Amino acid sequence: MQKLLQAVRDTQIWRSIFRHGYPDTPRNRTLAVLSNTFLHLHPVKVRRSGIRLSYTWCMGGLTFFLFLVETITGLLLMFYYRPTAELAYQDIIGIREHVALGVMREAHRWAAHMMVITVWLHMYRVFLTGSYKPPREFNWNVGVILLVLTLLLSFTGYLLPWDQLAVWAITVGSNMARATPFLGHEGPGASLLSFGGLNFVHAGDDARFGLLAGRFVGEGALLRFYVLHCVGLPLAAATLMAIHFWRVRKDGGISGPL
Amino acid sequence: MNELLKNAIDWMFAPTRYFLGSVLLLAAVFYFRKVVSRPIVIAAVFALATGFMVWAVRDPNFHKIITKGDNIPIVILLASVVFFSWLALRQAVIHDERKKRGELGPEHELGKQKVFTWPDLVYTEFICILLFTALLIVWSIVVAAPLEEPAASARTPNPSKAPWYFLGLQEMLVYFDPWLAGVVLPGFIIVGLCAIPYLDPNPKGNGYYTFEERPFAWVFFWVGFVLFWVLFVILGTFLRGPNWSFFGPFEFWDVHKLEPLVNVDLSTYVWVYGLGRNLPTNPLVREAPGIIGLLGFFVVIPPLLGKTLLKGLVGRMGFVRYNVFMHLLLWFALLPLKMLLRWTVNLKYIVGIPEWFFNV
Repeated sequence: MQKLLQAVRDTQIWRSIFRHGYPDTPRNRTLAVLSNTFLHLHPVKVRRSGIRLSYTWCMGGLTFFLFLVETITGLLLMFYYRPTAELAYQDIIGIREHVALGVMREAHRWAAHMMVITVWLHMYRVFLTGSYKPPREFNWNVGVILLVLTLLLSFTGYLLPWDQLAVWAITVGSNMARATPFLGHEGPGASLLSFGGLNFVHAGDDARFGLLAGRFVGEGALLRFYVLHCVGLPLAAATLMAIHFWRVRKDGGISGPL
Repeated sequence: MNELLKNAIDWMFAPTRYFLGSVLLLAAVFYFRKVVSRPIVIAAVFALATGFMVWAVRDPNFHKIITKGDNIPIVILLASVVFFSWLALRQAVIHDERKKRGELGPEHELGKQKVFTWPDLVYTEFICILLFTALLIVWSIVVAAPLEEPAASARTPNPSKAPWYFLGLQEMLVYFDPWLAGVVLPGFIIVGLCAIPYLDPNPKGNGYYTFEERPFAWVFFWVGFVLFWVLFVILGTFLRGPNWSFFGPFEFWDVHKLEPLVNVDLSTYVWVYGLGRNLPTNPLVREAPGIIGLLGFFVVIPPLLGKTLLKGLVGRMGFVRYNVFMHLLLWFALLPLKMLLRWTVNLKYIVGIPEWFFNV
């Protein structure tokens, strides 16, 4: 058995993938991190204080992990879901009743809720350890935008089942946009933007209309939210995450006393 | 006995008592932090909470709300916020105690040592991922994702609620109009969060838990995050029923529950009750008391405090930063201020100009 394993490790295929031995020596441990695309997000060595679970709560890492879970389960769900007013609800029923291993919607939804919680707790931890202080000010800002994106991702996804819960939650949420100062038709200042009794800002062109592609939550809103949920927001989040992780490294790794 | 206890809990959870009680509890936690940070305290809290849940979940009204699919995460949120707040406080207390004795805090002691990412960090991450994956799979199999009837734009459910993480904002609608609660104040939350690193003049407490080196920052964030954000989400989810009326945890969500609307504008207080005359027709004259009051709030307070109590802060922060900081803080203070005014004198609007959709 030992010999067989050794023979596998000596093949050209194995050695083309792993360019070091088992990571139990300092040299190999260094190489394990340096020569791996994903692990090299980490430095080779880290402060002992920074990697304790009681310090980081692992919340940032878990948020990223949940983002990956959402990507994978979301991709599977996209095979079965069509974002139109006639088909959306029917497809959701189908995902529950007819698809083998039909818990992907559950996994997607619960992971999404957990991601909102972990991202809040991550912010909480970063604040309480003062990790936004110099030199990490900029990365805190990237984090705030990522937190907002997480909420928007969850909000756009909330509409897709196209049931009473979804449509009315988005109606309540998007009604706020009506009251945007100057840009919503029920917002302060909007009535000032008129010319000869003609309102420039009305229900047919205000901020809410732009968000929903209509005067109410309908087919246009469904498509708009679907595209944002599956393509637009994940791309933005992934880009900012790359910046966020890179800046963690550049700003000195997991925070610790200076 | 059971009924008496349930009624007492319903009574206790009315928004005023719920909120003021939480403020007192928070103050007590900070004041008695040495006692609170003992492991036995958190163990007792969780034992009590578990006991309460086991007892309460047999009540049909409580059961109905707590077991809604989308409400489970909020129970997790509450439990994890309590636990992690305690964990942070404990480490802060340990650091502050050690520092007083002239010793190094845990982070300072361990921060000098470096370990290999493989295996020390990679294994922690791997175990976290493994546990979380297991949790998600079990959760997904046991609890079905909620799915209600197909969308019907003609039938409005009562209550209509936003997704749970926005229920704090929806709860703010009780006190402010949508343009403030739904647009301006959330905007200020985001801007304010972004501004934190540039407004905090305190160089201490960078990379370790400490309370005594930055007490204001800690109290501020606990108030903002735990007291307002998290408790408002819980209030909006569990204690707000049809017509956004308040319902105790054991109360039946009766659609016909009436809450008398007795709220009065500041202008009515001044012109009608105070001066005994009709409201002026010109909205600017009518709302002059509120407008003057708000201007005073935002224009007078920052320089006044800057010249007196916070003189040192102005020196450390500089004029511009001090003013940005004070204005963000005053916007934040507007919420508890309005809540207090609503509870004590039934104030509806400080400035109410519905003609222009401008109500504060």
